[in-house]
Amino acid sequence: MNHHGVVPLSKELSFLNELSSANSRRRFLQWAGVSMGVVLIAGCDDDDGPTGPRTATLGSGDTGVLNYAYALEQLEAAFYTRVVASPYSSMPSTELTILTDIRDHEIVHREFLKAALGANAIGSLQVDFTSVNFSSRSSVLGTAKVFEDLGVGAYNGAGKLLTDAGLLLIAGKIVSVEARHAATIRDLLNPMSTDFAGDDVVTVATGLDRALTPTEVLTAADPFIVNGIRAGSLPTS
Amino acid sequence: MSHDSKNVPVLDALDPQLLERTMDRRGAVGGLSNIAIAAIATASVPIVLGIFSKRAWAQGGLPTDIRDVLNFALTLEFLEAAFYRQGLAASTLVPTAARPVFQQILKHEDAHVALLRSVLGASAVTSPSFDFTAGGAFADVFTNYTTFLAVSQGLEDTGVRAYKGQAGALISDNNILTVALQIHSVEARHAAQVRRMRMQKAWITGSSTDVAAIASVYAGEGVTLQAGVETSTFVSANAASAAFDEPLSRQAVLDIAGLFIVS
Repeated sequence: MNHHGVVPLSKELSFLNELSSANSRRRFLQWAGVSMGVVLIAGCDDDDGPTGPRTATLGSGDTGVLNYAYALEQLEAAFYTRVVASPYSSMPSTELTILTDIRDHEIVHREFLKAALGANAIGSLQVDFTSVNFSSRSSVLGTAKVFEDLGVGAYNGAGKLLTDAGLLLIAGKIVSVEARHAATIRDLLNPMSTDFAGDDVVTVATGLDRALTPTEVLTAADPFIVNGIRAGSLPTS
Repeated sequence: MSHDSKNVPVLDALDPQLLERTMDRRGAVGGLSNIAIAAIATASVPIVLGIFSKRAWAQGGLPTDIRDVLNFALTLEFLEAAFYRQGLAASTLVPTAARPVFQQILKHEDAHVALLRSVLGASAVTSPSFDFTAGGAFADVFTNYTTFLAVSQGLEDTGVRAYKGQAGALISDNNILTVALQIHSVEARHAAQVRRMRMQKAWITGSSTDVAAIASVYAGEGVTLQAGVETSTFVSANAASAAFDEPLSRQAVLDIAGLFIVS
């Protein structure tokens, strides 16, 4: 990863950044890498304020990458749990079934990663969905689309950061399910169009889905996570 | 695999100076990180191909094991592209409302073929000949939309499992691994869409299938033990199965593809 690399952000990321800047309770995000001079001390979990929630330090190596995934799965699981607990108005049973299935998958991912990480797992993150209107189908599915595409791009970009082939396989087992979610949500929003694998996420010339860096992903996820996240020790290649 | 590469040095097929000029003009110099690839991914195919080809040339050719994986993947992409091209060409087969979906899928499979061929250069295998009736098992595949959809689902779900199964073999090359993952998730998007058009869940629950002729596509999909963690206790066995897609070995994939390969 090149901390100074300029990578075009997707429309979704731009959208999220707008949400982020509109968020008056903007938090100090501690994922910055060495280039920003953040010094990380292994095992040192600060609070980011006297009343703020605990900062999550992802750690280094494969453990750091798994914690990164664990943070994203926590976010997704919390989102769908809320969606299913308070369905948007007139949610068809077919959509409730789909969203319940997705919730269950994300909970399985979250709990799997927590168990796999054991004592190295970061704590439970506090989420913030104030920007989501849970009574609105377009708000809920629009947010779901962002999360699922983000998850796909995150795992695609994280594969090369893993050194253990077994963990790489696990990441592969999860990412294709996230891609199935993404395609499904996109088709709910725009049925039988090309959006399930739209040109906004699959580059036309190459047929490649997005691969995002942890910096890009955590920037996009930041408005939805109250805790600070320290990702500066993540591997970069 | 039956379609061996010809071991022709990539260098022979390319003009390194032309590639260098291309790279310099785009400013895509100084390494081959995936960020660089991503940054120019919206540019043109030749630029992407140039980066890959330069890499292959600089290393004196791809390592044999990586080359074999990519040729394996290329064979699958040939298979998928040919299937959708024939299906879309059969005028009464795909309903008008579904054509955008399959045109999008074909567009991606064609792009994957072009990308993999560019990486492989002169080492790329040529396309086999196909029989999508699978010797009669799907005799009406291009006249009966229901059959076409079933075969499509089988091919896409196989593609997902195939790429997943080869990820470990690419772990030594960050760029090629990432590209393979980026293809892998596109195949999963395809699979999800086709499954839903067949009134199936987009995700795979257990190892059973309604298409007996390609039951091997779903062998082992019911696994719930992941990296030593039993995942069926978190929500349910079904959720645990669906939450993880399983890989297939290269041979298992070739056996499935072999149903459709004539020569």
